[in-house]
Amino acid sequence: MPDLGKYADAVLSAYGVSSLLLLLLVVFTLRKGRAARAALEAVEKRKNPSG
Amino acid sequence: MSLWEYANPVRFLALSSRVLPVFWGLAALCLVSGLIWGFFFTPNADKFESTVKIIYLHVPSAMMAINVWVMMLVASLIWLVRRHHVSALAAKAAAPVGVVMTLIALFTGAIWGQPMWGTWWAWDPRLTSFLILFLFYLGYIALWEAIEDPDTAADLTSVLCLVGSVFAVLSRYAVNFWNQGLHQGASLSLDKEENVADVYYFPLLVCIAGFVFLFLALVLYRTGTEIRLRRTRALQAREVRA
Repeated sequence: MPDLGKYADAVLSAYGVSSLLLLLLVVFTLRKGRAARAALEAVEKRKNPSG
Repeated sequence: MSLWEYANPVRFLALSSRVLPVFWGLAALCLVSGLIWGFFFTPNADKFESTVKIIYLHVPSAMMAINVWVMMLVASLIWLVRRHHVSALAAKAAAPVGVVMTLIALFTGAIWGQPMWGTWWAWDPRLTSFLILFLFYLGYIALWEAIEDPDTAADLTSVLCLVGSVFAVLSRYAVNFWNQGLHQGASLSLDKEENVADVYYFPLLVCIAGFVFLFLALVLYRTGTEIRLRRTRALQAREVRA
């Protein structure tokens, strides 16, 4: 761990909050994508049950 | 082969499924290696001490906050001129990414500003134009959600995007336009003299590449999601009519 001195809280909170925001963005993006894919498959199956 | 071929949703989805794994991989590689390099293996600066390590988050996110809006502007203009649905959906897909980038830039800026300037916030030209850009992002997303007809929503949000572009430009050049305020000039420039020292410059470049690849991966993926949602709504509407 590098010596962050008296500004350790500032640096660590910048990294912590930024990482959390990026992670949430990726997770919500993937969840919405999976839901959209499933919804489209369901509608297409109803439209063309044999296919 | 023309770029306009990818205005076809099927071709766009085929292309994005091929390139997405590469972009996700490059984003993870550059972000992890750049942030580890910057955080663990660069020295504290004389003036900024350890807060200099915030540069690896603050500068790339601020750059992306502006550039995402520029990408939305280009996509909006393509929609207004050529009426390609994929471009309107790409602009819509990019907006939440821009919100998060602007939020990170504002947050890390406030955290950095407190020990350096003695305040979390100042009504400085660059900070203020960034806050307005953030509000434009929120307004853009709200407008998409508020209008039921997708073509009307794409038209009106495109106009909003054109207006908001003034603040995207101001966010970038505010320091140059008004030579006042607390915020320093650009950390990166084509003029090497203006750049940060090499020891910070190279890990910073890797982090910027990571943010760019993450943005590309997110926008391609989210645009694919918007295309699928649009197709689902169209099929459901056909079912109701039948």
